[in-house]
Amino acid sequence: MKKSCAEIIIEELHNQGTEYIFGLPGGAAIPLFDAIVDSPIKLILTRHEQGATHMADGYARATGKAGVVLVTSGPGATNTVTGMLTAQMDSVPLIVLCGQQTTWNLGLDAFQEADVSGISYPVVKHSYLLKEPQTVRRVVQEAFYLAQSGRPGVVLIDVPKNISSTEIAIDSQEEFDIPGYQVHDEPNLNDIEQAVQLIDNAERPLLLVGHGAVLAGAGNSVAFLAEKIAAPVTNTLLGKGCFSETNPLSLGMLGMHGTAYANLAVKECDLIISIGSRWDDRIVGNTEKFCPTAKKIHIDIDPAEFNKCVAMDCTILGDARLVVEKIGALAARKNVSNSWLKKINGWKRRYPLKYRKGGGLKAQHVIEELFLQTKGNAIVTADVGQHQMWAAQFYRVQHRFHWITTGGAGTMGFGMPAAIGAQFAKPKACVIAIVGDGGFQMTLSELSTAIINSLPIKIVIINNKYLGMVRQWQHLFYNNRLSGVDLEGNPDFVKLGESYGCRSIRIRRSADVRRKVADMLAYHDGPCLMDVEVEKEDNVYPMIPAGASYEEMIIEKPSSKEAPALAKPQGST
Amino acid sequence: MDRHALSLTVNNRPGVLIRIALVFSRRGFNIDSLVVSESSTPQFSKMNIVAFGDQRSGEQIKKQLSKLVDVIHVAEHTETDSVQRELALYKMLVTSERRPELLQLANAFGAKIIEVGEEHIILELSGTTREIDNATQLLRSQGLCELIRTGKVVMALGAGET
Repeated sequence: MKKSCAEIIIEELHNQGTEYIFGLPGGAAIPLFDAIVDSPIKLILTRHEQGATHMADGYARATGKAGVVLVTSGPGATNTVTGMLTAQMDSVPLIVLCGQQTTWNLGLDAFQEADVSGISYPVVKHSYLLKEPQTVRRVVQEAFYLAQSGRPGVVLIDVPKNISSTEIAIDSQEEFDIPGYQVHDEPNLNDIEQAVQLIDNAERPLLLVGHGAVLAGAGNSVAFLAEKIAAPVTNTLLGKGCFSETNPLSLGMLGMHGTAYANLAVKECDLIISIGSRWDDRIVGNTEKFCPTAKKIHIDIDPAEFNKCVAMDCTILGDARLVVEKIGALAARKNVSNSWLKKINGWKRRYPLKYRKGGGLKAQHVIEELFLQTKGNAIVTADVGQHQMWAAQFYRVQHRFHWITTGGAGTMGFGMPAAIGAQFAKPKACVIAIVGDGGFQMTLSELSTAIINSLPIKIVIINNKYLGMVRQWQHLFYNNRLSGVDLEGNPDFVKLGESYGCRSIRIRRSADVRRKVADMLAYHDGPCLMDVEVEKEDNVYPMIPAGASYEEMIIEKPSSKEAPALAKPQGST
Repeated sequence: MDRHALSLTVNNRPGVLIRIALVFSRRGFNIDSLVVSESSTPQFSKMNIVAFGDQRSGEQIKKQLSKLVDVIHVAEHTETDSVQRELALYKMLVTSERRPELLQLANAFGAKIIEVGEEHIILELSGTTREIDNATQLLRSQGLCELIRTGKVVMALGAGET
C-alpha cells in the first residue's frame, strides 16, 4: 500500500504520543494538514505561529513530553523563531514542523520560500531539511529522541511540499543515524564520592535546584537529601516545583529578585550544590564575587555547562535524579537543629517578602490571594517582567510542572498561550496565566483559541499601564528619565475580552480582591480574564542590581520618595 | 589570547559547516584557517580549524562543538602531540636577471617550482606554519605578488585517531 510522506509523518507523530498539534496552515503545509484529517491527533488552530509555539511549549512544560507545532513555509516558519528560542533557552522539548517550497525551488526566492533550517541553527538543538522520502519516518523518530533525551530542546523539521506529497510504497524501518549524539545519564562514581566528601565536610550546605532538576523528576531525591543533610533548598525561577516552596527547608527563589533569606544563604553558605541549574547571570551577578568562600558542586546532564560561568570544585555529569539519589544514599546524616538552619530561620523572620496592603491595589496582593485560594495547587504561567517576579515570589509552587514561565529568553507574550497549552495537557487543572499589560498585548489574539476550545484558563493581567520592569530600572538607575515605557493607548481589557466572548472582570480596589478572585476561580465554562489595575509605580524588591554582588542587595523599598542614586549596572543587562 | 588548532570529525552533510562556524562567530572567535575534506569513511568529513581567542572561550567552544549533533569528535592538538602541516603557493613576479637568485632561494627552502614564465614563477611549499611564515617573510622582498595557503592539516602522532 502506498502512503504519502505527509501521512507517514503524522502517523509517526501519533506513534510518538502526540495528542495535539498547534499550528496554522499555508500553501506549502497543505499536504501535512490534509494528513491530520484522518489522524486521531487533534489540530489546534492558532491565530499566529508564535502563539502556536508557546502553546506547544506550555503543553511540554506541563507534561514533560514534546510539544508539536506545524506551520507553513516562509513567514509562517519565521514566526516560530521567538518560540523556538524561548523553548531552547529553557531546555523544553519541542518539535517544529514547517512546510517548505518544493526542493527544486529552494534557493530561487520562490513564493514563501525561506532558508528556515538555516535561520533555525542558533535556536535549536538540531534541525532537518527533508529531501529523501524514505528517511521521513526515521527523521521524526530521531527528532523526538533528540528533543526529549539528555538536555531537552527544540528540533525543527523542514518539509518541502514535493516530499510531503510523495507517495512511497515501501515504508522501511531505517536505523537511527546520529553517531554524534550521546546521552550521559549514569554518573561516574568517583565524582559522586568526591561530592559526598564535600557534603560531609560542610557545615553550611545549600541546595540550588534548577529546571534540570524539574525535568529529571528529581523532586523526591532532592527532598530526601535536603532532609538528610539538613540543607536549605533555594530554587531558580525555572526550578520552582522541584521542591515544594511551602516546605520549611525551602528558601524560595534566589538571585536578582530572590528572597533576602535565599540570597543571604547564598552569601554565607560554605557549600552550594547546583542541581540542574546553569549559574545564569540573574543568579550569579558578579562572577568574581559570587560565593567566594563556598565550595561548589555542579550536577548537570550537559557537560558544556560545567565551568561556563563560575569555576567549580566538583562536577557530576548525569541525570539529576540518579545523581542526587546516589549522593543521598551515601552522604552522612546531619543534625537538623544546627546553627546554620537556626540562622536561616532568623533571616526568614527578619526579612520576609512583604508589601503594603493599604493604599493602591498591589499585584502582590492579588497573586498572594490566588495562592491562598488555590492552596498553591494551580498551574501558573507567567510572561516576563515585574508581574513574573511577583508571581515567582508570592505564588509558592508545590508540584512539578506547575510553574511555566520564560526564563532564559524572557519572552513577552509567552504566558497566555502557554496557559492554553497547559490547559490542553491538563484539562482538569486550574491554570492561571499571570501576565503584564504589555506582554498580553503581544499574543492576545490567542484569546480566540481559548474561546473556541472552551478552555477555562484564568488570565490575570497585572495592569500598571507601563512596561513596568524597564520603568523600574529607569527609576532606579537612570534618574527616573522614563523612555519608551508608558503604555498609553492600552485598550479597555474588559471590553476587549468581552468582544471575544470571554468573561471579563476588573479589580481596582484591594477590598474587592478576595471576592473577585473567588468569582474568577469558580468560573469553568471558558476563559476568564481579570484586569487588575494596580498601583502604577511599584517596584520589585528585593533586588540585586545586574552584575552586582550579593553584598549589594536592596532588601526593601527605600523609604524616601526620591529615586535612589544607584550606579548604572555594569556588565549584564 | 591563544591560537587553537582543533580537529573535528563531522557528518558529511550540507549545513554542517555553518553550524560549526556559528559556534565560533557567536563567541567572537575569528577563524584563521579552515580545512574540510572527506575522511577515510565517506560518511564523515575531517575539519581542521585554527582560531584565535582566549583559553576559557576556547574550552567553551570545544564543548559547544561537541554538543552539535553533527559533530562526532573534537580534539585540540599541539605541535608536540601531532604533525601539523600546511601548503602554500606563491606567485613571484621576477625579471630574467633576478631569476637565478630566486630559484636558489626556493631551493634553500625546499620549495617546488611549479611554473616558470617570462615574468613570473609559481612556487609550492609545504611545511609547518612557522616554516611557511619564514619563507613568506623572505619572499615578500623578492617580488611576491600572490599568496595562497591551505591552512593547517593535523594528524595525531601514534596509532590513535586524531
